Amino acid sequence: MKLNEIIEKLSLDVKTVNVGLQKEVTGVYVSDLLSDVMANSQDGNIWITLQTHLNIVAVAGLKKLSGIIIVNNRHPEKEITEKAESDKIAIMTTSLPAFEVAGKLYQMLS
Amino acid sequence: MPLNTDKTIEGSFQLIGGDFSIAGESSAQLKKILTDLGVAEDIIRRASIATFEAEMNVIIYAAAGTLSYTITPQQIRIVLVDMGPGIKDIEQAMKEGFSTAPDWVREMGWGAGMGLPNMKKNSDEFNLDSVVGEGTTVEMAINLP
Repeated sequence: MKLNEIIEKLSLDVKTVNVGLQKEVTGVYVSDLLSDVMANSQDGNIWITLQTHLNIVAVAGLKKLSGIIIVNNRHPEKEITEKAESDKIAIMTTSLPAFEVAGKLYQMLS
Repeated sequence: MPLNTDKTIEGSFQLIGGDFSIAGESSAQLKKILTDLGVAEDIIRRASIATFEAEMNVIIYAAAGTLSYTITPQQIRIVLVDMGPGIKDIEQAMKEGFSTAPDWVREMGWGAGMGLPNMKKNSDEFNLDSVVGEGTTVEMAINLP
């Protein structure tokens, strides 16, 4: 399933401008520990997290994640979305908590 | 597996302690060099993870450090030398989940005690030396098939 289809179905708010929206989503990884994401996420996964700082972009890039969904109405600063755009990684936000987003994505991707 | 070169490639990066804005830059650059050389994806992933975790340890704990790499047709060697607090009990530090990170670092999602174990797991050779009050040196090697 492509990322833009997921964005539409979950009504995610896309914070980056027009990057990475065509990426094929292979699955989802839920974690707020960056070393855990580095060790255990898979290529093409969407990352669900409440972390909003700059390092999430570097981690997503290193693991070739298809995008980052930030939950609980938390928002990344401009510096973070600018780096994400430059690295072609989509950052999306939602007011939903991680459990709900993960649950919906699990249904969609099963 | 033949690389797109038979030369030895070397480089290094300076890391400043506390500068989280540079986190991941050296591993991203090394990743690009390895990609251009035609190295297998699995090996690139291992080298990137090991390098990123090594960078983070310097940024989180040390005053400064240097990350150097040497790529030959046989091996990728990554050496990290830092000026930092050093590690009193290396065996303990290598245990998954053990961390001396302060709370503000843990709130960022770092400091989960996975860095050193991740570095060792992703390398074929791993060596760590440390002097408390002076610094730490980590040497890692990943074999190329």
